[in-house]
Amino acid sequence: MNFQPDPADQAFREEVRAFLREQLPVDVAARNRRGFHPSKEDELWWTQLLYRRGWSAPHWPVEYGGTGWSPQRRFIFEEECFLAGAPPTCAAGFSLLGPVLYTYGSDDQKARFLEPTRRGEIFWGQLFSEPNAGSDLASLKTTAVRDGDHYVVNGQKTWTTEGHYADWLFCLVRTDSSSKPQRGISFLIIDAKSPGVTIRPIVSIDDAHTLNETFLDNVRVPVANRIGEENAGWSYAKLLLEHERAFSAEVPRNKRLLSQLKHIAALALDGGARLIDDPLFSSRIAEAEIELRALEWLTLRALADMDHGADAGRPVGSVLKVRGSELIQKIGALIVEALGPYGLIAYPELDFETLPGPEAAAGKTADFLYRRAVTIYGGSNEIQRNIIAKGFLGL
Amino acid sequence: MDFDLADEQSLFKDAIDKLVQKEYGFEQRRRYAAEPEGWSRRVWSQLAEQGFLALPFDEAHGGLGYGPVELMLVNEALGRGLLLEPYLSTVVIAGGALRAGASDEQLALWVPQIAAGELLVSLAYLEKQSRYNLADVATRAELRDGEYRLSGTKIAVLHGDSADRLLVAARTAGARTDEEGISLFMVDADSAGLRRRGYRTQDGLRAADLILSDVAVPAANLVGRIGGGHALLQRASDYAIAALASEAVGCMQAALEMSVDYLKQRQQFGAPISRFQALQHHAADMLVEVEQARSMAMLAALVVDDVDEAERRKTLSAVKVQIGKSGRIVGQLAVQLHGGIGVTEEYAVGHYFKRLTMIESQFGDGEHHLTKIAAAGGFVSVTP
Amino acid sequence: MDLRFTDEENAFREEVRSFIRENLPKPVHAKMLEHRALSKDEVVSWQRILNARGWATPSWPAAWGGPGWTAVQRYIFLDELHQFPAPEPVSFNVSMIGPVIGTFGSDEQKARLLPRIANLDDWWCQGFSEPGAGSDLAALSTSAIRHGDHYVVNGTKMWQGMGHRADWMFTLVRTDPAAKKQAGISFLLIDMKSPGLSVQPIITIDGRHEVNSVFLDNVRVPVAQRVYLENKGWDVAKFLLGNERTGIARIGMSKYLIRRAKQIAAQVQDGDRTLAEDAGFRRRCAEIEVELKALEITQMRVLAAMGEHAEKPDPRSSILKIKGVELRQAASELLLRAAGPLALAAEGEYDPPNPEDAPADTEWGSTIAPVYFILRAASIYGGATEVQKNILAQAVLGLPK
Repeated sequence: MNFQPDPADQAFREEVRAFLREQLPVDVAARNRRGFHPSKEDELWWTQLLYRRGWSAPHWPVEYGGTGWSPQRRFIFEEECFLAGAPPTCAAGFSLLGPVLYTYGSDDQKARFLEPTRRGEIFWGQLFSEPNAGSDLASLKTTAVRDGDHYVVNGQKTWTTEGHYADWLFCLVRTDSSSKPQRGISFLIIDAKSPGVTIRPIVSIDDAHTLNETFLDNVRVPVANRIGEENAGWSYAKLLLEHERAFSAEVPRNKRLLSQLKHIAALALDGGARLIDDPLFSSRIAEAEIELRALEWLTLRALADMDHGADAGRPVGSVLKVRGSELIQKIGALIVEALGPYGLIAYPELDFETLPGPEAAAGKTADFLYRRAVTIYGGSNEIQRNIIAKGFLGL
Repeated sequence: MDFDLADEQSLFKDAIDKLVQKEYGFEQRRRYAAEPEGWSRRVWSQLAEQGFLALPFDEAHGGLGYGPVELMLVNEALGRGLLLEPYLSTVVIAGGALRAGASDEQLALWVPQIAAGELLVSLAYLEKQSRYNLADVATRAELRDGEYRLSGTKIAVLHGDSADRLLVAARTAGARTDEEGISLFMVDADSAGLRRRGYRTQDGLRAADLILSDVAVPAANLVGRIGGGHALLQRASDYAIAALASEAVGCMQAALEMSVDYLKQRQQFGAPISRFQALQHHAADMLVEVEQARSMAMLAALVVDDVDEAERRKTLSAVKVQIGKSGRIVGQLAVQLHGGIGVTEEYAVGHYFKRLTMIESQFGDGEHHLTKIAAAGGFVSVTP
Repeated sequence: MDLRFTDEENAFREEVRSFIRENLPKPVHAKMLEHRALSKDEVVSWQRILNARGWATPSWPAAWGGPGWTAVQRYIFLDELHQFPAPEPVSFNVSMIGPVIGTFGSDEQKARLLPRIANLDDWWCQGFSEPGAGSDLAALSTSAIRHGDHYVVNGTKMWQGMGHRADWMFTLVRTDPAAKKQAGISFLLIDMKSPGLSVQPIITIDGRHEVNSVFLDNVRVPVAQRVYLENKGWDVAKFLLGNERTGIARIGMSKYLIRRAKQIAAQVQDGDRTLAEDAGFRRRCAEIEVELKALEITQMRVLAAMGEHAEKPDPRSSILKIKGVELRQAASELLLRAAGPLALAAEGEYDPPNPEDAPADTEWGSTIAPVYFILRAASIYGGATEVQKNILAQAVLGLPK
């Protein structure tokens, strides 16, 4: 055990910073730091730019275009990009589908999809949850019935994040309803332009459109677009859901929120004095900072485990998810509190500059509202606690 | 950064784990508590024989020269076993102050005695009014006829009743709460004019209050610069916080394991109570807290010798806050999950709870450190 | 709707307060102020002072010799005791066995026992829990087998509060092992001096001896000492556990704990001022006080509803239990933090306090941590917090069992 940071990692961090300074336009960065949902153009443009540097899919294996970085470096890269305000890259494609595709896809599928994804030419949408299959995902009902060399898919999917951006979709469908729920599921790739695919907006609590519901009405999907074996899709999905657990604390997002909180608390006046100088408010900020510090260390421990290629039996992923998501909400609530009356204003994404209040207020309440979902999605915190209790404490 | 134990560290950890496992069952602990000094001289000798008392001291002075990571491993094991011996007071706290300020001659004289288990030293810094302010020292020391004369009172001196020597903070100049003007003196416990009243503490350890009435101390027993004692108290506090953090992690881990075992074994409503999701989630919350605390204990080991004093102090404050919070949640839930037997003296879990509770009020509680961090501007920089 | 107390109720509060002030023995008050344990004599004499005034049995109707108070009066009375602080009448007698005898007892049992219960001529303890029957009380296995006009009782009971002081124990025993769990239970009164009965102390984490285990080895109990019908004891237990929840939130106790924390904070130096001047400390007090205020109103609402349907226990009293305990625990934590290092010494280590040998007054501090420690039990006994939440989820919100 030796907790001193590696100087080479520090140098790498500098390299990433320099890249971001050169390549990331100020206005794009400002937009992202405000917490508004990113545009498809920004996401794809940034992906293309990263691709040219060879950095668009850092965590993929080198043979598929990955960078071969250690988990620690991937974390540094992600953190620096996020804090600088770089647009995200399509999470559904890079973090969810990619690993399934290169692990279980056929050579033909890999050739068709991996490289274009990495180049920023395909935007992916995920079709897993259904109105009646949320935390209990395996109870999904969307059917795929074989008809010659096609499946005919019928059903309804929900919570398709950025589905209205998607060129292609990946979908869990039921191909066998006679066996156990987990056994009859297959994993299909669906062209979003297929006849019978309808994507409708779900306006979220922040009055924004990033979520969608997707209707599949007799959609014909070539059998060649099935990944892996028929009825084995659940095991692929599980791999996907467990992937990159060490990143699930969202340390970079928490850091950014905290920094914004302090900025706002320094602007906000409370009885003529700056809110940040109020000993009570500043000690609540400090409390959040301490939790973040501990969380960051827990993440570093998890990264070290990943680096060994094993999770060493530590319950880290679920712990990170629980604590990281709760912290996002805690800091978000402090931000809204610090904003005081300015927190009331619903800033529209495009012309917030004409509205009253400090520029720093733009997007904050909306982000706070949207992030109420972080303790629900990606395996709700109640489910994570079950995982901890059953999987790690043996209860 | 490397989170795995090096070979030597593994040996180390195995040795201390084995010692604690063999010598510190809960029943054995009860017997040690009933010994005259409230702890076991025999276990102390074993700690000495295996080198644990020499651990952090320089080889040049007769120590083993190990670092904070090794000390972390030891303290975690001591926490698991709820050790009663004066490791924290002698090796960590008084030892820390000595390492920070004693002269080479003094260290060469005292370290071998400490390492051999022959010298117990307790730092006497707290006074009735001082609470968590290390600079609040009313006890006075005056130089008369070539020796110092100490007068004043000290409270809650950890293991002060069995200490052979007391490292006493006394004011040689300045007003009661000035940082400058505090000096440390090594005082023989049997000095004329020194009275001690020992007592058991809430967590089953020992402490003492002292009355010093014109106690004579040879000038050679001044530790560190005259008037410069505050810095040494701060170093002692740094080491104490790091050690308490890992000790608390050991306590928490044990309390968690104990609770999980109990959930599996206790039957109510015709089934093990581990079946109840509300209780499972309590256990899961405990685990979340233990892991957060463990991260901070590691962070403490990283920064405790950091030369950047402001950063070190701020980070150790953060460690203390997290340890206190996690300790409170884990201790309270462990008792809750055990039900009635959790609040009895007969079961170990209540003793972990009590130790965790009292750790919170040593070297500053959460509120105290939180205020310090807030005043220092926190960790995350401000950007719009 | 009027959330204020009436003039009569305020006058009653004054009357109670001045009675306590004038009649509570000073040494008892001094001990209560510092959270010290009381001797048996002290408890008995205080209860007799109250009884002489007709106030030892606040929840009893006039027919049983009680004051016949309204729910609000009962609440005010207990609240004043807690805030003063003065000892409550012994709850095993007054809140538990008294109402059981009054409701289920034979006329002979009522006439003989109720006055003795009120005057603490007999000190009662409760023999319900067992090592294997805690939250799942109906799983109890202590057996009582009928032999002529006696039951022969065998088993182990646990957590007898003040059992070592008690003259009598009311207990649940299994009289029909073949029946379903709740169906085969009877309610017996057992003389603590019975041959075959032994009491063993359980020391709690505050270092005190208040609870005990009671072992019953072929203890012969006359059938006449059964209350209510054979195998119907569960009805009595249910009545008893649902009975008298007016004081369950113990708001006055929380108030006293906060008051004491503030007093200590005013004496304790924190940096260059007292702790009482520290904004963080004040905020923590205020946080608890705000919730106490809300709980007080909730309490009044439940009391008002009780006045109207007195026969049925209100499941919302679980809210009072959950929150009341939580705030009491929080207040004790506040008190502990206020004392800081002065609370380090264990209780009893300074007895008798000798100013010569005890330079620092850590003596008073030594009773503080035990308050915090033992209050952890409050979320376990009398229906653990988790059990109360089940009640709310199922009985109030209608969620399935």
